[in-house]
Amino acid sequence: MTTESTIQFTPERLAEAKEIIARYPEGRQKSALLPLLHLMQEQEGWTSTEGMDYIARMLDIQPIEVYEVATFYTMYHVQPVGKHVIEYCRTGPCCLMGGDDVLAHLKQRLGIETGQTTVDGQFTLKEVECLAACGMGPVFQVREQYYMHLTNDRVDEIIDELSKQA
Amino acid sequence: MTKKILTEHINVPGIETFDVYRQQGGYTAVEKALKTMTPDEIVEEVKKAGVRGRGGAGFPMGMKWSFLAKPEGVPRYLVCNADESEPGTFKDHYLMKHIPHLLIEGMIVSSFALGANKSFIYVRGELMYVIRILEKAIAEAKAKGFLGKNILGSGYDLELVVQPGGGAYICGEETALLESLEGKRGNPRNKPPFPAVKGLYQCPTVVNNVESIATTSWIINNGGDAYAAIGIGRSTGTKLISASGHMRKPGVYEIELGLPVEDFIYADEWCGGIRPGHKFKALVAGGSSVPILPANLALTLANGEKRLMSYESLSDGGFATGTMLGSGGFILFDETSCIVKNTWNFSRFYHHESCGQCSPCREGTGWMEKVLHRIEHGHGHQHDIDLLVDVSKKIEGNTICPLGDAAAWPVASAIRHFRDEFQWHIDHPTEATQPGAVYRGEMALV
Repeated sequence: MTTESTIQFTPERLAEAKEIIARYPEGRQKSALLPLLHLMQEQEGWTSTEGMDYIARMLDIQPIEVYEVATFYTMYHVQPVGKHVIEYCRTGPCCLMGGDDVLAHLKQRLGIETGQTTVDGQFTLKEVECLAACGMGPVFQVREQYYMHLTNDRVDEIIDELSKQA
Repeated sequence: MTKKILTEHINVPGIETFDVYRQQGGYTAVEKALKTMTPDEIVEEVKKAGVRGRGGAGFPMGMKWSFLAKPEGVPRYLVCNADESEPGTFKDHYLMKHIPHLLIEGMIVSSFALGANKSFIYVRGELMYVIRILEKAIAEAKAKGFLGKNILGSGYDLELVVQPGGGAYICGEETALLESLEGKRGNPRNKPPFPAVKGLYQCPTVVNNVESIATTSWIINNGGDAYAAIGIGRSTGTKLISASGHMRKPGVYEIELGLPVEDFIYADEWCGGIRPGHKFKALVAGGSSVPILPANLALTLANGEKRLMSYESLSDGGFATGTMLGSGGFILFDETSCIVKNTWNFSRFYHHESCGQCSPCREGTGWMEKVLHRIEHGHGHQHDIDLLVDVSKKIEGNTICPLGDAAAWPVASAIRHFRDEFQWHIDHPTEATQPGAVYRGEMALV
């Protein structure tokens, strides 16, 4: 049983989704699942049950096949998130460069703990594992943007910049 | 200067574009391979080169290629593993971001050698901006006739697909990667059958790391023997090393295999030494999974000879006094580093990243993290060190994929070489849990 969908791809993203599905051999359209989940998240900010059901129908697979994948991989937000999701690297090499202290400052600046969203809905803070930028640590990521060589001051600047974005 | 095979042109302005890459001699390997060589001849050159898998396992690439089954009428696939997620490793990120055509050129000659007409580059999803760089480069190469139908009039067709991951370290394991590419959870498969027989969509498949595939253009252009002449012994060629931690100049460096570890750390050409005013305490030479070594063992073998950056020298002495080259994730620790804290951090990583399929790994990584957490936070029990060793032994070798081993080795090696530091945490919990507290007992700092 799937929910009636109020969520669907915009015409541009629908065209992109079809192009993605066509990349795989006949009958292997399920391979498009991870890319389509990214596309949905790019559009909606997170991957809701409705969004996942919509993708299941598009790929002609069971909704559970989408849920089990979306919950396995850490990049998909299966709960609503703030406008900017800060994904902070907590792994060893970044910690060696002072990552723990910068994280503490970031939490204080935002007034939230890891996993929480600011009351104004602007920022969600997530701790993630190694982002493959160890020589430039400490590092965090907001959507596709990497922010590297973080210091407390740099974090303040970034939060200021992001807060100004419409 | 060290021989540069992969990074010679990486700082040329505009090298990310087709035209500049081509001006620097790019895509000549595609011309040579498709116009003058047979697939078997290419496989032979790669075998002669002796290049070993650069993702971490170090398995000879040419041999892996020669295992590929070739049943009639069944498609074969080449999948590039660009899921770089091993803590301490960021070389593939660097290579793809700066010189994407090097990988694409390698994908074309490798796909031709293996008889694949559709090949995939599976990139960790966090690197979405790199995926866009690769897609742009693929579109350029296609527009110039180096991809698509009848490449350079050779009759050979190839389509390249860039696939994003979803955030899961386990997908760096090749069969988990294939599951993921099929749109499933990244649970590693039982082997056999190996991917060479039943891989993507149950078809014969080769999975190779970015850096491995990127070497093939040079091998085609210069010959396998020329490649094998670089390096030392069975560690042929060059290796990208991702250098991080307490050094003056972290970054990605291409070295000739066989370079002394000491030179790599202290010479200005590479890491430039330990950060000023500090001493060298420990080294993780090949990504978080490989055994950690104290400074003295990192620099010298048990027999007093210099340790070299090669598969053989780094593993000299077995796990008693050696480690592994792994992915080349070179993490350096100075005397301000707490080994217990770092071991707990790495254990948390493996617990987080265990796919949950095998009980020893799913449960064992959780227990190791929990026990290390309590030692680090001043609640350690006297029997905890032996308990950790025991748990690590019960994981090692008892799982479908190597994640279990990768989780066990950092813990076992930290205790092997830094047992006193663990004991100090248990004996002096108040002192050890002060902010910035580090064990200052007897150890060999360099």
